[in-house]
Amino acid sequence: MSEKILMKGNEAFCEAAIRGGVRFYFGYPITPQSEIPEYMAAHLDDEGGCFVQAESELGAVNMGLGAAASGGNVMLSSSSPGIALMQEGFAGLCVCHLPALVVSVARGGPGIGDIRPSQADYRQATRGGGNGDYHLITFIPTTVQEAVDLIYEGVTLADEYRNPVCILVDAMMGQMMEPIILPAYKKTFMTDAEIRSHKPWALTGQGKRAEKNRIHAMPWSPEELMATNLEQKAYYDKAEKELVRYEATGLDDAEVVFVAYGTPARITGEAMDMLEEEGIRTGMIRPISAWPYPYEAFEKIGGKTKVVITVELSFGQMMEDVKLGVRGRLPVSLICRTGGVLFTSEEIVSETKEILKGVTE
Amino acid sequence: MKTVFEYTKNMEEVSTSYCPGCTHGIAHRLIMEVLEEKDITDKTVGIAPVGCSIAAPRFMKIDMIESFHGRAPAVASGMRRVLPDKYIFTYQGDGDLTSIGGNEILHAAERGEKFSTFFINNAIYGMTGGQMAPTTLIGQKATTAPRGRYVEKHGMPLRMCEIISQCQCAVYVERVALDTPVHVRQAKKAIRRAFDVQEKRLGFSFVELLSTCPSNWGLPPVKAVEWLADNMIPYYPLKQFACPEEVK
Amino acid sequence: MAKGILKFNIDKCKGCGLCIHYCPQKILGIDVELVNALGYHPVGLLKPDECVACATCAIMCPDGVINVYSEE
Repeated sequence: MSEKILMKGNEAFCEAAIRGGVRFYFGYPITPQSEIPEYMAAHLDDEGGCFVQAESELGAVNMGLGAAASGGNVMLSSSSPGIALMQEGFAGLCVCHLPALVVSVARGGPGIGDIRPSQADYRQATRGGGNGDYHLITFIPTTVQEAVDLIYEGVTLADEYRNPVCILVDAMMGQMMEPIILPAYKKTFMTDAEIRSHKPWALTGQGKRAEKNRIHAMPWSPEELMATNLEQKAYYDKAEKELVRYEATGLDDAEVVFVAYGTPARITGEAMDMLEEEGIRTGMIRPISAWPYPYEAFEKIGGKTKVVITVELSFGQMMEDVKLGVRGRLPVSLICRTGGVLFTSEEIVSETKEILKGVTE
Repeated sequence: MKTVFEYTKNMEEVSTSYCPGCTHGIAHRLIMEVLEEKDITDKTVGIAPVGCSIAAPRFMKIDMIESFHGRAPAVASGMRRVLPDKYIFTYQGDGDLTSIGGNEILHAAERGEKFSTFFINNAIYGMTGGQMAPTTLIGQKATTAPRGRYVEKHGMPLRMCEIISQCQCAVYVERVALDTPVHVRQAKKAIRRAFDVQEKRLGFSFVELLSTCPSNWGLPPVKAVEWLADNMIPYYPLKQFACPEEVK
Repeated sequence: MAKGILKFNIDKCKGCGLCIHYCPQKILGIDVELVNALGYHPVGLLKPDECVACATCAIMCPDGVINVYSEE
């Protein structure tokens, strides 16, 4: 049964994961997502699961890998420098065809950085800092409710695609409180028999199986490695067909099309209202999936558009994907802040007008 | 005709990829023999490290996974949460456990994780061709200590049993060696005690097995076991550091 | 003392010599006439009648080459 409740983002993410079937969480404190391990510490055991505060993010991601290898539904979370430490583990989860739900709460960077909102981990999530050919299936919600829905679905998608699913949010979304509807509890698969039936590849001890199971973290020949990569590529090809998500508004007659997600999308929405009042027609493409990216949305941009403006809390990490989508048909510009600094809707309005002037002269 | 010794069925038929005289072959066999004798083979999951014994899943007939360098204790900790009733062990070399994995093993011991770690200490990095390990002895040559390890530059070798036994939840900690038949028999008893500790859910069990690396020591196998006895045992004494009454 | 009977899986032997070194009866040696499937000169049993089935050779073998039996 669904309930509406006022919840802090980080806590809502946990509740969504638990209801989606997560029963194993491994994490380490780091601002601005420490509420996630705290909430899981308080609630996960009562749900029949296990919480472990690991010795580091390196420990946490590898605990997650072990639990996922044995058939558990796992959630991991961290922020920017902690996600940097988890990169080898993410690549490992992918090559092992293992599911996991990852929540990345981005803060200012690079390095130790700042604790305020940022979107400068977009490239980290979608292009990866781990080695080899792999992808994190990545979603970029804009509201806490959207994050809740994507996390809930993401637990099942991770199992279906045998791959980590990453929900990338900014620090503000982790910290803010919004009224949300929580989804209903999904069935979990926890007993030996349930795991053997639901995930026959899992490492549970051979038992009555005819053969031992081996999870090939390190295949034995280049041919074996290529074969295992091709197996995972089949899932990625499927994701590119089935998991592209976005929202597009006002593209038919927009002079300016904004591309934004997360907190900047909300601020840009306000700026668009202000620009409309001044007679400047605007539209927005709001990507919801970052990998696979909704390149197809850019085909819908109408003939009146003069410029596409990416609004991001980074030096244009998503703009790289926007340019791929636009295919050189229109100029692409950037309105950005980094390091944890935010823009106001007024600043977006005035910078948009400067950009428009530059484009039309 | 009476059977005195038959090679355990828990090892695959294929030849191992280990060098001639490498004591990994003995260590693998002892663990698999204990599983067979305790009849827990089909309830056991093993975690291989990065190192020569990343090959272990090819030779041990149990569910296994290779882990990132040093991370096996974390993988085992995660696995233990999903499999409360199974037997889990990590099998790690000295680079894996004492260098890059120092933090993971320390905290597995701190938490009293209910799995067993078998630490193969041969005082050198094997797989990558003979670099210095944290357990390389003073004066011992390695490719990254070509003039030999010396204190001023490299510090003193790490004695892991001594460190791990400081963690109160590491309830069974023993150092054994694989250089002589007497020591090999003692090593098997230690491995069995480790699995008994798991069976009784008493806490973390840790067995350090002093081992040879003939290839990277530059010694034939028979000279290598003699070198182990003459040089490693004096610095790494064979000893039971902690043992619960229930498994003595 | 019971007479020992050794069975060798010769193609798994890497000629490491540990069994030869530790055999208390000194009845094992490297067979330099033979090259096995792995390309090594494997172990050979020099004096079968003197084997006492102590299984020291099998215990020290890293490669599972030797199985040990004894006459009843």
